Amino acid sequence: MKKTISVSNGAATLDTNRRNFLKLSGVGLAIAGLALVGCNDDDDFTIMENGVFDLGKGDVGVLNYAYALEQLEADFYTKVVNSFYTGISEAEKQVFTDLYNHEVIHRDFFKAAITGAAPNAILPTLEFQYPGVDFKSRTSILATAKALEDTGVAAYNGAGKYITNADYLVLAGKIVSVEARHAAAIRDLINPKSADFSGDDVINAMGLDLAKEPKDIVAAAGAFFKTPFTWKERGI
Amino acid sequence: MNILRLLDKLSNDKFFTAEASRLETLNSISSFGKKAAVAAIPLGLGVMMSTPAHAETKTSSSAVFATPLIDALQLALTLEYLEDEYYREGLAKAGLIPSSDRVIFNQISKHETAHVAFLKSTLTALGTAPAAKPTFDFTVKGAFDPMGDYKQFMILAQAFEDTGVRAYKGQAGNVMSNKDVLTAALQIHSVEARHASEVRRLRNQKGWIELGNGGEMPAATNAVYNGEGVTVQAGFNTATAFGAAAGSAAYDEVLSTTDATAIASLFIV
Repeated sequence: MKKTISVSNGAATLDTNRRNFLKLSGVGLAIAGLALVGCNDDDDFTIMENGVFDLGKGDVGVLNYAYALEQLEADFYTKVVNSFYTGISEAEKQVFTDLYNHEVIHRDFFKAAITGAAPNAILPTLEFQYPGVDFKSRTSILATAKALEDTGVAAYNGAGKYITNADYLVLAGKIVSVEARHAAAIRDLINPKSADFSGDDVINAMGLDLAKEPKDIVAAAGAFFKTPFTWKERGI
Repeated sequence: MNILRLLDKLSNDKFFTAEASRLETLNSISSFGKKAAVAAIPLGLGVMMSTPAHAETKTSSSAVFATPLIDALQLALTLEYLEDEYYREGLAKAGLIPSSDRVIFNQISKHETAHVAFLKSTLTALGTAPAAKPTFDFTVKGAFDPMGDYKQFMILAQAFEDTGVRAYKGQAGNVMSNKDVLTAALQIHSVEARHASEVRRLRNQKGWIELGNGGEMPAATNAVYNGEGVTVQAGFNTATAFGAAAGSAAYDEVLSTTDATAIASLFIV
């Protein structure tokens, strides 16, 4: 069913300064829960070209992007906890169980959020593959977890600027810091008492963590996605 | 003037004027380090507090009217000054930090120093004089002994890092009008989260915050963790799947300008 209220992306972007001003003045825009702000009628239907799903436009595209990455992490950790690697310690079991919990919650959150905001434009459940990953090996699992968490941080940091709705931005913000906590913990497990938790491989001389464009994230994480998708608005 | 008191007053929105939105469009901070042609006006905030009508007649009037964006950066800078000073002092104190942990705190310290420099150049590039470094008292008038007791040093370190994460998050809406600043803020915010995770783990806590509880932290730090126990996000119940601890830990919460200011003020003379 198409929503009758629609605010185009164009208006939202141009009026951002004004909207922030209005919000600050207490004349807030009523953004109830996950109302369809920042989406126009074009987003109200699933976009499939040659059977390949497109993440969509504007904020819906960004939400679907986050949803895709959370699906990946949830899928990975589900496999990890369903069959812990050989020699796993109690402490590591606890960490991986928590990571599994958090990523599943994130995934289900996005599913509910996007279903509420744009039910006809939500990314389907994707299938994943883990070439070269040995689920019995501690080294392999820690390395993969590290890659996924660092990727998550870089993805959220790089996508923030594409979000037009302030509430969505805050929600993304609430999640990215948890991904960063995860990343630090995994890195600490790999190399305890070292600088790796916040290593020079990810934090630059200005003290800034990675922020990557969606194009680069999808290229880097592409091997894990068995189900293809596009995000034309972002050149993917 | 105590910058934090000013910021506190400014979180009362009526001080923002129509000038604010115009100023936000003035600058992209694509060239860091480029000094703006502006006299060193100490925190346009002070001028703004009196009356917005007294505009400076300099070529760039941006320093006179603080905007939500500028205020956010000044708050961030104040918090980074605090952390930078704290870790420098801790690392300089002989016998405080065990050698096994020095690598960790050196890395954290390096980042906080970089953050101070970064925020100062950002503010300068935006045409505003960066806030001056306050004088800190990390003992809070003798209530704590972080430089004499490593356990306390770690407790406050954790409090500062967890505060930093929440404080940056609370400013997201205020900086989103400038995409460069927003991205940089996100890139600093995730570093603070890495720091927080590591310091928590050094204290044998989980890297994430479960419920509204800091993890064997003294009551004096309650303000840092109040509100962290929420289990509903935009109408979605995050506790359904695995319980409240997991549901609350999966999300970090914002701290308002007022609350972040209040916490930092405890340590400022």
